Amino acid sequence: MNFDFSEEQTQLDDMLQRFIRNDYSFEVRQRILESADGFSRSIWQQFAELGLLALTLPEEYDGFGGSALDTLLVMQSLGRGLVLEPYLPTVLGAGLIAQAGSDAQRSSLLPKVAAGECLLTLAHSEPHSRYQLQHVSSHAEESAAGYKLNGNKSVVLAGQHADYFIVSARTTGQPSDADGISLFLVDSKQAGITQIPYRNHDGQSAADIGFSNVELSKDALIGDLNKGLSLLELYRDTAIAALCAEAVGIMDALINETGEYLKTRKQFGVPLGIFQALQHRMADMLLHTEQARSMAYLAAGKLDADSATRARTMAAAKTLTGQSARFVGQQSVQLHGGIGVTEELIIGHYFKRLTLINTTLGDADFHLGRFSDMMVQEELCKS
Amino acid sequence: MDLNFSPEEERFRLDVRAFLEKELPADIRDKVQSGKHLSKEDYLRWHKILYKKGWVAGNWPKEYGGTDWSPAFQYIFDEERAAAGAPIILPFSMKMVAPVLMAFGDKTQQDYFLPRILSGEDWWCQGYSEPGSGSDLASVSTRAVRDGENYTVNGQKTWTTLAQHADWIFALVRTDPDVKPQKGISFLLIDMKSPGVTVRPIIMLDGGHEVNEVFFDNVKVPVANRVGEENAGWTYAKYLLGHERTNIAEVGGCKQALRQVKELAANARDGDSNLLANPRFADKIAQAEIDLMALEITNLRVMAMAEKNAAPGPEASLLKIKGSELQQTLSELMMETAGCYGLPYQPDALHADFTGSVAGPDNYLPVSGHYFNTRKVSIYGGSNEIQKNIVSRMILGL
Repeated sequence: MNFDFSEEQTQLDDMLQRFIRNDYSFEVRQRILESADGFSRSIWQQFAELGLLALTLPEEYDGFGGSALDTLLVMQSLGRGLVLEPYLPTVLGAGLIAQAGSDAQRSSLLPKVAAGECLLTLAHSEPHSRYQLQHVSSHAEESAAGYKLNGNKSVVLAGQHADYFIVSARTTGQPSDADGISLFLVDSKQAGITQIPYRNHDGQSAADIGFSNVELSKDALIGDLNKGLSLLELYRDTAIAALCAEAVGIMDALINETGEYLKTRKQFGVPLGIFQALQHRMADMLLHTEQARSMAYLAAGKLDADSATRARTMAAAKTLTGQSARFVGQQSVQLHGGIGVTEELIIGHYFKRLTLINTTLGDADFHLGRFSDMMVQEELCKS
Repeated sequence: MDLNFSPEEERFRLDVRAFLEKELPADIRDKVQSGKHLSKEDYLRWHKILYKKGWVAGNWPKEYGGTDWSPAFQYIFDEERAAAGAPIILPFSMKMVAPVLMAFGDKTQQDYFLPRILSGEDWWCQGYSEPGSGSDLASVSTRAVRDGENYTVNGQKTWTTLAQHADWIFALVRTDPDVKPQKGISFLLIDMKSPGVTVRPIIMLDGGHEVNEVFFDNVKVPVANRVGEENAGWTYAKYLLGHERTNIAEVGGCKQALRQVKELAANARDGDSNLLANPRFADKIAQAEIDLMALEITNLRVMAMAEKNAAPGPEASLLKIKGSELQQTLSELMMETAGCYGLPYQPDALHADFTGSVAGPDNYLPVSGHYFNTRKVSIYGGSNEIQKNIVSRMILGL
C-alpha cells in the first residue's frame, strides 16, 4: 500500500503542469474557444511532441505503454487547463483499436494517432438510448462488399473533426439485446454521412451524425462480430477512470481559486474567509474533493481487475465523482457571488465542465442505480 | 502507487483472522454481534487474551511491550476485529494516557503505570470535558491547588466514559487561573478510590449506562502524579488528541455495519418481497457503500502521510467528519430495516442475563437504541463543526 507516484510519473506531472501554466492559460484557452475549429491544431502537435498521444499505446506502434495512473495525471492537468482539444475521444478510440483492432487497423492508425495526424471518436449514443450501453438501433446489414450501415448517433464528441469514427451498430437482434452489437471503423469522409455540428456548454466540439447506406468493407469490423458490448463496457470503464481524474483536477483548481478569493475579497471591511458559514462550506468542498481523489485513484487501480470488480468500481467512482463535482462546482460559483455566474472568470467555466462530466457516459443517479443493482444481486446470491 | 496490501500485510491478516477464530470467546462474540451490553469482565477477559498473545498494544513501541505495528497492520487488525465480532480495545488506556506517559511522564510513572495498563490491571477513564467545557476544552475550571506535596482538587468532569469501571482518571485541571486559559492547565493522574471522588451515571438515549459525571471534593493528589511540568498540560492534552485520531473514521466498524445492514435488509420481509429488493432502500445502502469505498482510500492516504510525519495531520479531521456521518447513516439504515419493530423500547433485553420475552425478532432489539446512541459520534472527540474549523484554518488557511 503506497500512494506515491514514481519518479517518471512525477516528471510527467511536472511537465504537464508546466505546459498548462505556460502554454494553456485561461486567456489562451478563451482564444482557442473563439476560433473556427474550437481547438488548436498547433496545441495538438505539442501534445504529440510531448508524447501525450502515444502515452498509453503499445510500444510496437510507437507508444510508451503507459498505465492508467499516467492517464490519471494527464487528465488531472487537462482538467485544470480546461483543455478543449479532443484528447479523450482520440486516445480512448486508439486504446480500443489497440485492444481489439486487426493488425491492419492498428498499424495504419496507431502510429498516426501517436504523431498527432489522426483524430478518432466513438459514435455510440443514440436518440433513444440515453445511458443504456446496449441499446443500439443503428444497424449494419451484410452486403456484397461487407456491410451497409444505417442509423443516427447523438452528441459524438469532436464528430466534426474526427478522421475516423468507431461506430456501434446492431448486426443481429433487437435494440436492447446484449448480444448482436458490432463495432466498425468508419472513415468520416465516406459517402452517406451527414453531420449537425455544434459546441457543447463546456466549449468542446460535438456533432449529431447520420449514417445512410454507408458502404463498409469486411475489414471495417473491429473485434468479433456481435460481441461489441464487452468492448463498449471496457471503453466506458476506461473513460470513467479518466473523467474522474479530470474532475479531480478541476475540483483542485476550484478549491485553490475559491480559497484565494475568500482570502482577498472584502465585504463589511473584512475578508470573506472570516465568516464561519463560508469556512465550513469550503471544508465540505475539500472533503468532497478528497473523497473524489480517492475514488479516482481506486478507479485507476482497478481498471485491470476482473470485469465484475471493474464494473462495480467504475459505477461507484462515477457516482461519487458526479455528486462531488456537482457540490464543488455549484458552491464555488456560490462563494464567488455574481462574478461566478459570468463568462469572465474561469470559475464558471470549471463549473460547466464539471456539470458535463457528470452527464457524460451516465450521471450519478444512473451509476448509483447500476451499483445498487449489482450490490443486491451479490447479496441475494449469498443468501 | 499500489492500492494493495503487501504480501506480508496479507499474511498478517490471515494470522489475525485465525487468531480471532480460535481465541475470541463465543459468548463475547455473540454479545457484540447481537448488540448486547458488554460487562467490565467481558472487556477484561478479551484484554487478557490479547495481552497473552502480545497484541493488546498495537500502537505501542516494542520497548514498552507493544507490537510496534505499522499503521497498515493496526488498520488490518481493526478491520478483522470488527468483522469477527470482537470488542474494540477501549482507547482511554492504550491510546490516550499511555502515549502521554511515554512522551512526557517520568521514569517512575512509566515504570509503575505502563505495565499495569498493558496487563489490564488498571482501567483508565478520561477527565477532560466539564459542564462548562465542551468543544472549548481550554476553559476547564476543575481547580487544583498545590499544598506541599499534594494538590487539592475540586470540581467536576462529565461525559466520562465507563468511569464506573475505572481505577484511575487522567484529568486536565486548572493550576493557574490568572493566565491565558491554555497556560494554566496541568495533567494529573488521579486514583478513583481517593476520598472525595464520586461518580454519577448519565443515561444515554438507548437507556445504557455508558457515561458519567465525576465529582472531586477536596481530593488529595500527590504532586508525583502530575505528568510533566505544572501549567504545561495543554501541550500534553493536544498531543493526546493527535494520537486519538489514527482510527478516527472507524472504517472497519463501518464495513461490518454495512454487512449487517445488507443482511438485515435481505431478511426483512416486506409483504411478499424483502426490503433489499426495494430500490429506494437499496440505493441508500449503495450510496453508503460508495461513500465508504472512498473513505477507506482516504483513510489509507492519511495513514500513509501519518507514517511519514509521525502523527496524522489536520487531514484526520476530514476522516472524523465523513466517518462519523457514515456511522450515523448506517445506524439509521439499520433502524429502518426493523420497520415497526424499531418502535418497542426494550433496553433490559440487551443484558445477557435477561430471561423475559421480547417483542419482535431478536436482531431488531438493538437497532433503534443504536441509532439514537450513534448521534454522539459527530459530537465527541471534537464536534464535526470543530473539525471543520480545523480543516478551514489548518488546511485551507482561512
